[in-house]
Amino acid sequence: MRQLITPRVVAFVVGLLFALAALWALAKGVGPAFATFGQYGRFTEPMAESEFHKYPEKRDFSFNGPLGKWDTRQLQRGLKVYDEACAACHSLKFVSFRDLAALGLTEAQIKAYAAKKVVPGIDPVTGETTTRPGLPTDRFPSPFPNDIAARAANNNAIPPDLSLMTKARHDGTNYVAALLTGYRGQPAELVAKFPDAKTGPGLHYNPYYANLNIAMAPPLTSEGQVTFDDGTRATVPQMARDVAAFLTWTAEPQLVKRRQTGWAVMVFLLFATGLAYLSKQQIWSAVKPKKN
Amino acid sequence: MSFPWARQYQPSNGLMRYFDEKLPLPRLVYNAVGAGYPVPRNLGYMWNFGVLAGFFLVVQIVTGIVLAMHYASNAQVAFASTEFIMRDVNWGWMMRYLHANGASFFFIVVYIHIFRGLFYSSYKAPREMIWLLGVVIFLLMMATAFMGYVLPWGQMSFWGAKVITGLFGAIPVVGEPIQVWLLGGYAPDNAALNRFFSLHFLLPFVIAGVVILHIWALHIPGSSNPTGVEVKSESDTVPFHPYYTAKDGFGLGVALLVFCLLTFFSPNLLGHPDNYIEANPLSTPALIVPEWYFYPFYAILRAFTADFFLVPAKLMGVLAMFASILVWFFLPWLDRSPVRSGHYRPLFRKFFWFGLIPCMALLFYLGGAHAEEPYIMLSQIATAYYFLHFLVILPIVSTIERPEPLPTSITAAVLGSDREAAKGEAAEPVAA
Repeated sequence: MRQLITPRVVAFVVGLLFALAALWALAKGVGPAFATFGQYGRFTEPMAESEFHKYPEKRDFSFNGPLGKWDTRQLQRGLKVYDEACAACHSLKFVSFRDLAALGLTEAQIKAYAAKKVVPGIDPVTGETTTRPGLPTDRFPSPFPNDIAARAANNNAIPPDLSLMTKARHDGTNYVAALLTGYRGQPAELVAKFPDAKTGPGLHYNPYYANLNIAMAPPLTSEGQVTFDDGTRATVPQMARDVAAFLTWTAEPQLVKRRQTGWAVMVFLLFATGLAYLSKQQIWSAVKPKKN
Repeated sequence: MSFPWARQYQPSNGLMRYFDEKLPLPRLVYNAVGAGYPVPRNLGYMWNFGVLAGFFLVVQIVTGIVLAMHYASNAQVAFASTEFIMRDVNWGWMMRYLHANGASFFFIVVYIHIFRGLFYSSYKAPREMIWLLGVVIFLLMMATAFMGYVLPWGQMSFWGAKVITGLFGAIPVVGEPIQVWLLGGYAPDNAALNRFFSLHFLLPFVIAGVVILHIWALHIPGSSNPTGVEVKSESDTVPFHPYYTAKDGFGLGVALLVFCLLTFFSPNLLGHPDNYIEANPLSTPALIVPEWYFYPFYAILRAFTADFFLVPAKLMGVLAMFASILVWFFLPWLDRSPVRSGHYRPLFRKFFWFGLIPCMALLFYLGGAHAEEPYIMLSQIATAYYFLHFLVILPIVSTIERPEPLPTSITAAVLGSDREAAKGEAAEPVAA
């Protein structure tokens, strides 16, 4: 009997137990899975989200690709779109006014821009909370004092902070541009097939949004809604692209510097690795068998 | 240890002689990674990955210490302090991206290192202790990486911490108290974040300690090699320096090229967008997944969807997930074939390339997939194979297999015959 309980027998038993438990779960799941497959031709029940959701189309941006650079005029246009179409509801809390130097604004322009914004402050005499004009060192002010106020003003949905939006979604830059131009009527086909997925009151149909129905009303509605200083025609797709570019910069302000650093690092490493290869060949040549 | 023909350290001047008498640190280095360590002459590039793993541990410690100078481990400000590092700390973005992608590369090289060990049965006597310490390092790495991922306090940080500590809740009776004790509360919050930061700072130094033991244990029998035939004579070896320092230098260059390509041109490729959303206990992400390097074990955890007799499904999944790594501890005694290298084991080789590797690839894919069919069925099949491979197939194969003939020596494998060994011996290293 003692000879029977060897470590390998224990291993067999343990291995078989885990395998059996996994296969037992498989046996229980296989029936329902293939019943679903038989009914719908796929393993998951069809849902409005999976059938009508759209991934954003690829767009050309100046900063795409390993050599891409910011188009500062586009970023300035995007800033203007943010200011006039987004800032009433969405904060940009990780961005400071001084950061706008990267958009090509001069120090005086940044000062003037900041001074137009109202930020929370402390009265220097009474110590009471008050407001004051912004300084270049201030962050972009938030439109709502807290989440409760944000909910109250927006039909119970909190408008998210936009600083990191293009990094917080898959393919974020294209996503923002597609979402802003993606509003449309709900397809009749969808409502016929999924009556429960009908867009509810206070919601708006947008196939680029994960669950198809977004609380945000279309923010860009008509051509010329924003007047661009550089004379660019402010079509809705143009405004959407520009603000998507701007939000790419707010999410990753060091994007161009990062790639430039990367090029320097890669050139150095290629050179160093080449040298390392040659010295390795040289050192090993004495003991490597000669190939005949 | 060493082979009798290992070179002895000769202090070259009075200062070094003084050091050698009082604190023979140069001698230690010379014997560990210098000319005093004879290494099989036939190591391929798969043997580069130990040094690479050590290198990435150093990258993680150096970048991590710099990040810790600017990071604040308080749930109120952790996310903002991470963004502060990205935006306002000089080169902070580079430190953080190097650290985040450095973790991924640490795991990439360690996985290759482990699977090299599995194919060449590096775990077999006399190298069991090296393998066991290696598994300990891997477990410590997993704990460290998990806690590090919590620190930016994004959505995936928070919900990952909640899911993983929730696993302990599956243990009968004591599970929930353990979970509360681990988190310092009922859900991840400030207490959890603070202790994770503290432990995330401590554990890398524990890893460094175990790495020293790992290398120490390696130097007792010496390095393994692709033939699996032990070193027999001086012609089988070359001194570590300059031969393998040069080869590792080249390998390191190639690894750094790939690493920097990712870090500087696509730093968020291996991350998850949800972690750029601040942690919100009231909003559950659509898909909670760990970092990619945990995917195989996460797939095993999620494969158990049905109760198995008296064991609830969740507990079964947790047991299986831990067992899937613990089983590696027993490999030296499960695989009894006297032949090490997979090159000379026809049956073992088939199961390795057509069983274990596809199974692991599948588990890697499934761990990141949605918990829906057909992924669940596939992960159940892969999980069953995983346990059968290590605990049933491997022991049986090692008993019934007829290995192919081995070369008589390493020299014979390299040069075709032992007689030519003299040529190799006559050759002096260029820079030694």
